[in-house]
Amino acid sequence: MLTDLLGFPPQVLFGQLLLGLINGAFYAVLSLGLAVIFGLLNIVNFAHGALYMLGAFATAGLTTYFGIGYWGALILAPLIVGAIGMLIERFLLRRLSGVDHLYGLLLTFGLALVIEGSFVKLFGSSGLPYAPPPQLMGGVNLGFMFLPWYRGWVVLAAVVMCLVTWYIFEKTKIGAYLRAGTENPKLLQAFGVNVPLLTTLAYGYGVALAAFAGVLAAPITQVSPLMGSNLIIVVFAVVVIGGMGSIMGAIVTGLSMGVIEGLTKVFWPEASATVIFAVMAIVLVLRPAGLFGNAT
Amino acid sequence: MTLKKTLIAGVSAASLLCGAASAEISDGVVKIGLMSDMSGTYSDVAGEGAAVAAQMAIEEFGGTVAGAPIEIVTADHQNKADIAANKAREWADTGQVDAFAELVTTSVALAVFEVAKQQNKIALVSGSASSPLTNEACIPTGLHWTYNTRALAVGTGSAIVKEGGDSWYFLTADYAFGEALERDVSAVVEASGGTVLGSAKHPFPASDFSSFILQAQASGAKVIGLANAGADTVNAIKAANEFGVVAAGQKIAGLLVFMPNVKSIGQDVAQGLQMTVSFYWDMDDETRAWSQKFYEKTGKMPTGIQAGTYSSVLHYLKAIEATGTDDTDTVLAKMREMPVEDMFAKGGTLRTDGRMVHDMYLAEVKKPSESEGEWDLLKIVRTIPGEEAYGPLSESTCPTK
Repeated sequence: MLTDLLGFPPQVLFGQLLLGLINGAFYAVLSLGLAVIFGLLNIVNFAHGALYMLGAFATAGLTTYFGIGYWGALILAPLIVGAIGMLIERFLLRRLSGVDHLYGLLLTFGLALVIEGSFVKLFGSSGLPYAPPPQLMGGVNLGFMFLPWYRGWVVLAAVVMCLVTWYIFEKTKIGAYLRAGTENPKLLQAFGVNVPLLTTLAYGYGVALAAFAGVLAAPITQVSPLMGSNLIIVVFAVVVIGGMGSIMGAIVTGLSMGVIEGLTKVFWPEASATVIFAVMAIVLVLRPAGLFGNAT
Repeated sequence: MTLKKTLIAGVSAASLLCGAASAEISDGVVKIGLMSDMSGTYSDVAGEGAAVAAQMAIEEFGGTVAGAPIEIVTADHQNKADIAANKAREWADTGQVDAFAELVTTSVALAVFEVAKQQNKIALVSGSASSPLTNEACIPTGLHWTYNTRALAVGTGSAIVKEGGDSWYFLTADYAFGEALERDVSAVVEASGGTVLGSAKHPFPASDFSSFILQAQASGAKVIGLANAGADTVNAIKAANEFGVVAAGQKIAGLLVFMPNVKSIGQDVAQGLQMTVSFYWDMDDETRAWSQKFYEKTGKMPTGIQAGTYSSVLHYLKAIEATGTDDTDTVLAKMREMPVEDMFAKGGTLRTDGRMVHDMYLAEVKKPSESEGEWDLLKIVRTIPGEEAYGPLSESTCPTK
């Protein structure tokens, strides 16, 4: 068998592929949010990691202060953080519409530093513990690996969320308005559609996706102020590979980059932090608009 | 001017200069430059808390030593060696800084060592753990205070081998510290009759440990040694718990764990975890009194790094008080001559390779039912004598020892 030839038993390989898929699910949800925001607002949202972190902290906070468990937080945390996102769009980002991308990037980058800095000050850098919900404790032995129920749930939830988002943006009337709003906002406004409101909602939705990923991550990694800054650069690379603003591109690339990273961890662990950037460099040379991007 | 006259003038000028240097405090102020990770992953275990601890040492002197005021300046090195080197150079060149303190993260300590060596300044290292700092990378003025990777290996490593954990697999942070820790623990494991089956090097920092845990599971080793620190250790332990590593019979050995890490893992998951510590707040009346004062200032109990920073600054100031000068060589000689005696170390000695030898402790995380308060997290299982923890001076490969 091929796997035996490479010197690795198939069990190890299957296990790593599955784990890669789980990590890829996180990349997919996070890069999907970025793609939505870039596609509709033309903003490179560097605050995405900080908002993901806010989602995880909202989860921990809801449990500690209001006694609301994981399942409640799964709905509430994205709504709360999404609302914060809408305020950011309405009062900060809107002032930058029509100027160079760079200004939006700088503003959101600054916001991320401020949010993360304040949370380090408030909660320390070590983070808070958060246990998975009791229904998803334990796991199942698949023969080639032990799969914790919670990780299985993460993949399921992430894939469903990605498909719902894709459906909303590509198949519904709202989605059509949003896409029209990017193409020609003035014309759409003339038809009586409230474009600024639409933009605010779109940013809020993208942010809520980040927070959703944050809720999913809370029981896996520690809930810590710097959890987003470690992940955000990888997620940006995923978006670039998929094509900035492409929704399907973000989903497919997110999942496949997770798998590629998982395989690298088997064959050359030290390179696992860089492999996605290597892929990005190759894609940028061969297809500058990304795998799913329009070459305009 | 004749040759004789020139010589006499030169000699008298030189003697004047020497006299000035040894009898006085340079620039009329004793200035300590404390550099730490103030915002990143190590800011909880070192950071602002280390600055507070150093300040507490200064307060014990009433703010003056040998008639001169004591000042402290702080900087955030962001765990980056280049930032640390530039700051250290600036402090030494134009900031009248006499000694560097804290210096968490090995790469930072190594960078500051370069500057300290060139400028002949004392470097009081507390937070960095790598044993090379007093071996091949040592400098004459570099003092390694709180702990090192060898002591961690002797403490946790040998305790686990004794309990039957004789085959090891390492998850190692891919930088100088992780490598030093893996090397030191491997030596202890093999010397105690155990075997090392392999290791996986993970990027620093890594957010997901599941695949490394899977490799460690596949290795069949009895013990998975975590040669990393901070958030990496926390994430690895959480992943191991999730993937049923302990339930399946393998043991996790956290080789460098701090109290804030235990809190973020959660006591129910961390209970029973063994760790080697240089200090614990609840050891005797002195440590409790000092830690209470620290708690009132910061809202947290001190870590070993923070308590060690206090001890190193205090000892440095004691030497200045005793000699009446802040001249590096004089102070250094005095620091070596006096035993280190404070709430952190009892009868500690400072060796010529820079190692401060003091007792270490093997601790175990209490069960939630055993804890009486938020910070009642550890029980001390064993005191490791300094000589055993750090080895004899003859083992040190420091060329200037």
